Amino acid sequence: MSQSIQEVQNEIIEEFSMLDGDMEMTIGYVMELGETLEPLEEEQKTDDNIVKGCQSKVWLDAKPNGDKIHFKADSNTAITKGLVSILVRILSDRTPQEIVDADLFFIDKVGLNRFIGTQRSNGLGAMIKQMKIYGLAYTAKAN
Amino acid sequence: MSDTSVVSNTLDIEAIRSQFPILHQKVNGKQLVYLDNAATNQKPQSVINALEHHYAADNANIHRGIHTLAERSTTAFEDTRKAVQAFINSNEVEEIIFTKGTTESINLVASSWGRKYLNEGDEIIVSGLEHHSNIVPWQLIAEEKGARVRAIPVLDNGDLDIAEFSNMLSNKTKLVAVNHASNSLGTINPVHEIIKMSHEAGAKVLIDGAQASSHLTIDVQALDADFYALSAHKMYGPTGVGILYGKRSLLEKMPPYQGGGEMIKDVSFDKTTFNDIPYKFEAGTPNIADVVAFKAAIDFINDLGKENIAAYEEELLSYATAQLNEIEGVRIIGQAQNKVSVISFVVDGIHHFDLGMWMDAKGVAVRTGHHCTQPLMDRFSIEGTTRASFSVYNTIAEIDIFVEALKDIIKKLKP
Repeated sequence: MSQSIQEVQNEIIEEFSMLDGDMEMTIGYVMELGETLEPLEEEQKTDDNIVKGCQSKVWLDAKPNGDKIHFKADSNTAITKGLVSILVRILSDRTPQEIVDADLFFIDKVGLNRFIGTQRSNGLGAMIKQMKIYGLAYTAKAN
Repeated sequence: MSDTSVVSNTLDIEAIRSQFPILHQKVNGKQLVYLDNAATNQKPQSVINALEHHYAADNANIHRGIHTLAERSTTAFEDTRKAVQAFINSNEVEEIIFTKGTTESINLVASSWGRKYLNEGDEIIVSGLEHHSNIVPWQLIAEEKGARVRAIPVLDNGDLDIAEFSNMLSNKTKLVAVNHASNSLGTINPVHEIIKMSHEAGAKVLIDGAQASSHLTIDVQALDADFYALSAHKMYGPTGVGILYGKRSLLEKMPPYQGGGEMIKDVSFDKTTFNDIPYKFEAGTPNIADVVAFKAAIDFINDLGKENIAAYEEELLSYATAQLNEIEGVRIIGQAQNKVSVISFVVDGIHHFDLGMWMDAKGVAVRTGHHCTQPLMDRFSIEGTTRASFSVYNTIAEIDIFVEALKDIIKKLKP
């Protein structure tokens, strides 16, 4: 049985708590997480897959996987790639309804808002929005 | 490690630093090193005090009040105008118009002068070094008038191609709009020469002085500039205040930019007559408090002396340039002979966003991105740069911290 969205978020919160709020260690860890991201094929890095609103470029691809949505993503910057990998870890291979309903409480708890800053978190916000839009689209399709 | 004493200058930098409360803080647990001065520089206590004093003691609407506070407020407001006149050496105080910034100053000229004097087939020449604010207003008015915007090419070292500019000038050229110094690369443009060449071709010239104002001596009469625009916030003053200088002969013939109070002489439903310059271009209640506080910023610069500031910043720039040149993989974009204290650079294999974020984690504030000069980034086939820019309160020791931070980040991130 895989972990719930809530459980994955709690796990992420736990991981970040070990960094003691140190900004450099946090950035370093976010970048490390980015390296674990499932690669997105070069041909998927199309303009259609670019998430609008990101200061750095983010590509997001969604494919159905049974009754779930499988996300693949990439970014041209290491930090954003790390942030993207966290979202993929939480929201990929979930049902469309789970994605739509997901309450991403980890962002505040980990202090991502604080250290990414308002203007920079726009990209992250746009990414979350795009993932939820995919969720909605697949829900509509299923209905 | 070096310290400020290495720099041989008449300025007491530690005493200057003590006037800037914002510099004495930690960000992300590290001492702040503020190197984003080309975006906006910090404000000395005297400017903060002037702003507070205005609201605490003198605030009233200006010009038509007959009571004491209105008189004080008006006097302080007009004193700033006189200070600006002296600062840029305009012939008359009426040639100084208050705007909300360089961008609005340029838009004012594009809208008012451009609407009256541009015609189909006319050409406006900007340069490849321009900030979007000295490109887009011209594109808008050119679109409306069927005129054309052309750009002076940029050479590999970041200088403008003046020989090509000479070829571009013709009797179609109505206006040349270039910056005095580039915000992205720091290049100081030969504006005196550009103005002379443009005038010989019969064109008017607007100089965007936003990046020059706190570094270079500005003499609009010696330059023979037709228009000169600048922003207070890039010269230790408040945000929301800018200047448009224009020659009286031009300003008088230009139609108003916006309608409203202050800019009129008489209003009736049959006919409205307009006020004289500068008020014709200052519709509505202006940003009184910030204009008043702007004078304290000009006094700050004058007290230190522009030449002293420029000499000290030149030392900071040379030192930082030499340090960056030592680091493998770092490429400085823009190596013009004459530069204000701005260094733009790229690092092989490292995105400027990652670099900037990590710099911030180390307490170092730099700017990353295209710096509102996308055509210039395209010219160098790059997406953006990391930019460090220095003001008079920066120190050699801070540059050392910045350089060490950069080396450490490169070690961490190098693929």
